[in-house]
Amino acid sequence: MSQPASSPHATAWTDHRVETWVGIMLRTGVLLAAAIVLIGGVLYLVHAHAAPRPDYTHFHAEPPAYTTLSGVFHGVAAFDPRAIIMLGLLVLIATPVARVGMCVVGFFFERDRLYVLVSIIVLLILLYSLFFH
Amino acid sequence: MDPLLFSLILLVSALAAGLLGALSGLGGGVVIVPLLTIVFHVDIHYAIGASLVSVIATSSGAAAAYVREGFSNIRVGMFLEIATTLGALVGAWLTTRVPTHAIGLVFGAVLLYSAYTSLRQHHDVLTRNPDALAVRLRLKGSLPTGTRDGQATHIDYVAQHVPAGFGLMTAAGVLSGLLGIGSGAVKVIAMDQAMRLPFKVSTTTSNFMIGVTAAASAGLYLRSGYLAPALAMPVMLGVLAGSLIGSRLLVRVHVRTLKIVFAFIIVALGVEMIASNLKGFL
Repeated sequence: MSQPASSPHATAWTDHRVETWVGIMLRTGVLLAAAIVLIGGVLYLVHAHAAPRPDYTHFHAEPPAYTTLSGVFHGVAAFDPRAIIMLGLLVLIATPVARVGMCVVGFFFERDRLYVLVSIIVLLILLYSLFFH
Repeated sequence: MDPLLFSLILLVSALAAGLLGALSGLGGGVVIVPLLTIVFHVDIHYAIGASLVSVIATSSGAAAAYVREGFSNIRVGMFLEIATTLGALVGAWLTTRVPTHAIGLVFGAVLLYSAYTSLRQHHDVLTRNPDALAVRLRLKGSLPTGTRDGQATHIDYVAQHVPAGFGLMTAAGVLSGLLGIGSGAVKVIAMDQAMRLPFKVSTTTSNFMIGVTAAASAGLYLRSGYLAPALAMPVMLGVLAGSLIGSRLLVRVHVRTLKIVFAFIIVALGVEMIASNLKGFL
């Protein structure tokens, strides 16, 4: 897998270099998502005192404002704390998808055609699951 | 209970779950669903939604550290993600069709199984037998084993039994989508037992795959309304913080004792889930 540091290819696109970039990207995505969720959470709790706690003991599906992209974006524009939390969760869900996208590019620069194809298949399954499933 | 107090209790519980999960190597995700359903009486659909986002967060948050160590194998991971994401599509779809008590029963069984695998001893059975399919798919690598005489040493490995590993990974994906967990235990079995990859490669590559696998269920969870923002918020933040703290503390605690303690907690939760859901059927 990873080339030793003394490798003549150390400056070219290697697995280890791709993995390092992927690791940095994943961490950035998660920290960004956590920060957005935290901001939404603090706003929610500041405003939630008056309202009763939502009932989670019976499942009744969240309203469309929190189950669709357009609903969440409208909510964020209206400064709805729960929509801001959902935006953070969407950033979190997008992070591994972006990771697979980065691997497509990384394998392309490594000239590994087989794994460009494999990562494109995974990416297509993920996009299907997010938008059509 | 007022929302602030409820969120704080959830945050602290999730933090403890993430901490124990990281320290024992079992992952905090597996106890989130029983914690929410048994202790907080949350419906299992909301529970698996909150668990799924926590699992994506911990997997992605830990990946940077694993990459640095150089054990994970991105080709093995990417190839097997075809299986886990397809499985997750099926699993997530099943949550909209299968009765709640059936989900609870399967969950209980997976808890017992995870506890069992966590206590098993691991022996790497490495082979350099050039399995034709694995070589064509480049499912091989070299594992750093430390240094000798100032030189970095490593062991080369080639995956075995690729179709069996692929099949087990599909099952791991179904469980992940059905239960909102990473199903790391099944992933490790597929790589470690079936494909004969070194244990360190199996565990770190499994962790690397968990985020992508879970993301394949997230779309349907979102559209089905399983992601309750005010519930997922303290759970996700707590598990993430707990697991990040846990991975820093790892060197300073006795892992074996902790593993046994955590395994007992998991067995208790598994038995309780099976019992309460069997009652629901009768």
